[in-house]
Parts: sequence; structure tokens; C-alpha cells
Amino acid sequence: MNYKWNWGILFEVSPEGKGTYLELLLSGLMWTLTTAFFAWLIALLLGVTIGVLRTLPSRAGRLVGNTYVEFFRNIPLLVQLFLWYFVLPELVPERFGDWLKQLPNAAFYNGVLGVGLFMSARVAEQVRTGIESLPVGQRMASTALGMTTAQTYRYVLMPMVFRIIFPPLTSELLNTIKNTSVALTIGLMELTARARSMQEFSFQVFEAFTVATLLYLVTNMIVTILMRRLEKSIAVPGYLGTSATVVVH
Amino acid sequence: MFSNFDFDVIARSWPYLFKDGMSFTLMLTGLATGAGIVLGTLLALMRLSKFVVLQKFAATYVNIIRSLPLVLVIFWFYFLLPYIGQWALGSERPMAVGAFMSALVTFSMFEAAYFSEIMRAGIQAVPRGQFAAAQALGMRYHQVMGHIVLPQAFRAMTPLLLTQSIILFQDTSLVYVLSLTDFLGAASKVAQRDGRLVEMYIFAALVYFVISFGASMLVKRLQAKIAVR
Repeated sequence: MNYKWNWGILFEVSPEGKGTYLELLLSGLMWTLTTAFFAWLIALLLGVTIGVLRTLPSRAGRLVGNTYVEFFRNIPLLVQLFLWYFVLPELVPERFGDWLKQLPNAAFYNGVLGVGLFMSARVAEQVRTGIESLPVGQRMASTALGMTTAQTYRYVLMPMVFRIIFPPLTSELLNTIKNTSVALTIGLMELTARARSMQEFSFQVFEAFTVATLLYLVTNMIVTILMRRLEKSIAVPGYLGTSATVVVH
Repeated sequence: MFSNFDFDVIARSWPYLFKDGMSFTLMLTGLATGAGIVLGTLLALMRLSKFVVLQKFAATYVNIIRSLPLVLVIFWFYFLLPYIGQWALGSERPMAVGAFMSALVTFSMFEAAYFSEIMRAGIQAVPRGQFAAAQALGMRYHQVMGHIVLPQAFRAMTPLLLTQSIILFQDTSLVYVLSLTDFLGAASKVAQRDGRLVEMYIFAALVYFVISFGASMLVKRLQAKIAVR
């Protein structure tokens, strides 16, 4: 290989003038984590709502829930981001559209919204599977006790569901973190984008990508360890700790 | 609302979108699925083998790949492949790797990690007794795997493998970051040339939706067919 390694590059000041290359990568990591955090909030809130909707006795509710999930699952995340970023401002009333386009940090808001909605469909799928995995008897018993549907969900089903689906939700959280990288296409300066721009400025491709890779691996490891701990403390006694492997990314 | 939209741009660019773009996307999806399943099965076999080195290697590979965003992996391979080619051929300069080749290798290597998890589950679902029985009949490892275990694992896992290949189909849109002309790349180039972002991106979303949704419906039907025996 005639590639010239130069790890010292990390401590050189980048031409953007905002600190060293290493600091630039770390600021990228911060954007990755911030975007993922807010996207995950959206994904959880909407995902749980839609997931519950899909298990309700109401036919209309199920139809709405299923349509929602199919819409967000069958369009690539990248295309969805383009829809929010390029298409949405043109479809709303002009003044609102102009305001959207001039928003500072538009890439960030769009990244949060786009990744959040995309992930909410996956969370909804996990929530639905979780609810359906509970014995039908629980729902029947609640009805027999005179509970309303809302009470059944609030006091009987959901407390179990959240604990059962915790492991697959952990992998969806990790997916959320990874998926924020797609937002580099709309200009979000997250970790992968920072590595890419470091490569463009310094030509030290492999140093940039190695550091980015390590940062992703460490993030992944920390989140996994924290979630495992939480998982142990909330696991339902008598249930198997791990549910079926979820093959998604 | 749609009055000043020009949906004619889709008709005008139809051949470019589908003959150039979509055929690239489908070819990449098909070849990467094939290569990914082969590599993934090998990784699964390594992981389930009795050789610790192979186990460790496969586990490390799968875990690292699954921890990284696809976009980063695309960049890695794009820059790394010329050097790997140079090293493999012993040439003096980094090898020129075509864009399609680069994307194909990336997606095969990346998806292999995901396919291997599916195949591992499939192999483990075959009762151990069958393995022992086949060995008792005097079969060798490759015979047991080739004639007894893998055919059953493939059959049971076909729906999951297909679902993963639908995800792969959607993921190929990420070659956008290398400015390749896949379906989305073609749509985006027309969109920017003609200033018709709204029409083109809505159309692209629609096409991806119809193909993915249709394919996943087919997989569901297949799953029902396999389940009832």
C-alpha cells in the first residue's frame, strides 16, 4: 500500500477553523446523538400510539394504523427525508413553506422528523407484536372485571408489553442512531458527514473513517450495556429474557 | 395545489429513470442478495463450527458490521477497495474499481452480516438429532450440511431472507451518496436538471412503495403457504 498514514492529522486544525479534526469528529458525534435522541422520542410516542391503534377492536383504527406502518416501511428512509426536506415546503401554503425553507438548522429538524417517523413505524410493529403475544385471556379477564378498553390497556396490557418488548426496542434505538447518518444527504453534519468532510479537506481517508467507526462502536457498546442493565431490572419474572432476534437495521 | 406541477417530466424521463436507473437498482439488489446469502451462510457456518478462531472471526465481523451505519460502510469500501485490489494484484497503483463493482461489493459484504444472522437461526432450528443421525450414517460434515441441514434451513428461512432482500432493495438508494445513477440517483438528476424536485421525489417514493409493498405482500402469501404443511 502506498497510502501514507498520518495519525497526527487528528490534532491539526481543520480549515473550517473550528478546532482540530478530532474536535470536528466529536462535534459530529454530538449531532448524531442529539438527532437520534429527539428522533427516538418521536418514534416512541408515535410508535406506541400507532401500535396500540393496530390492536384495537375498532376497524377504522386498525386500518389507519396499518396504512401508517406500510407507508413508512415501504419507502426508503433517504427518499422519506427528501420528501420532508424538498417536497413538504412546496406543498404547504407559500408563507409557511418559505418559513420552513429559511429555518436555521433545517437539516437537523428534518433529520429528527424524518428518522423519527421512519422509526415510529418499526416501533409500532414491535408494540403490536408485543400486545398480540399476550394471552387473549388477559384482555377477556379485564373486560369481565368491567374495565373499559382504555383501562385494559393502561393497567393490564401495556405494563406487560413495555417490559416484554424492551430488548427489541433496544435494537431499534441502535438503528435510530445508525439511521441518523442518512441525514447527511440533506446536509446534517453528523458523524459520518464529518468524517467525509475531513477526508475531503485532509485526504487522510482512513484515519477519518477509522475514528468515526470507533466512535460508532463505542456508542453502540455503551447503549447496549446501559440497556441490558435496565432490561434486567424490569424483566418480567418467568419470561425469557430475550425475545426473537430482530433482523433489521 | 398541483396546478403548477409538471407531471409530464416523468413521462419525458421515463426511459432514463427505468432503463438506466431502475435496472441498476434491480441488478444491484439481485446480485447483492445472491452474494450476501452465500457469504452470510458461510459466516453462519463459521460461527457454528467447532473452530474457535472461525467462530470469533465471524462473530466479530457480524457484530462490527451491524454496529455501523450503511452510509459509513459505503464510504469505507469506496475508498478501500482500490487499495485492496492493488494489494491483491500486487500492482503499483491503487486499482480503478468501477462504481457498480464498488457498490456491489459493499452491499454483499454489508448484507452478509444480516443474512448470516437469519441463516444461523435457520440452521439452529434444525433438530440436533438430525445432525447426529446423519453422522451416524457415516456422512461427512459437508454432506450433512449440504444434504440435510442447509436445505431445511433455507426452506424455513426463505420468507425472512426475502424480507431482508426487500430491505436491501430500499437500502440500495443510499448509493446516492456516491452520485451513482440508481433509480433514486436518476430521479434526483432529472429533478435537479429540470427543477422538478417535488414531482420527481413524489414519483420516486411512489415507485419504491409499490415495489416494496407488492413484494412484501407476495412474501406474506409465501409465508402462509410454507407455514401450513
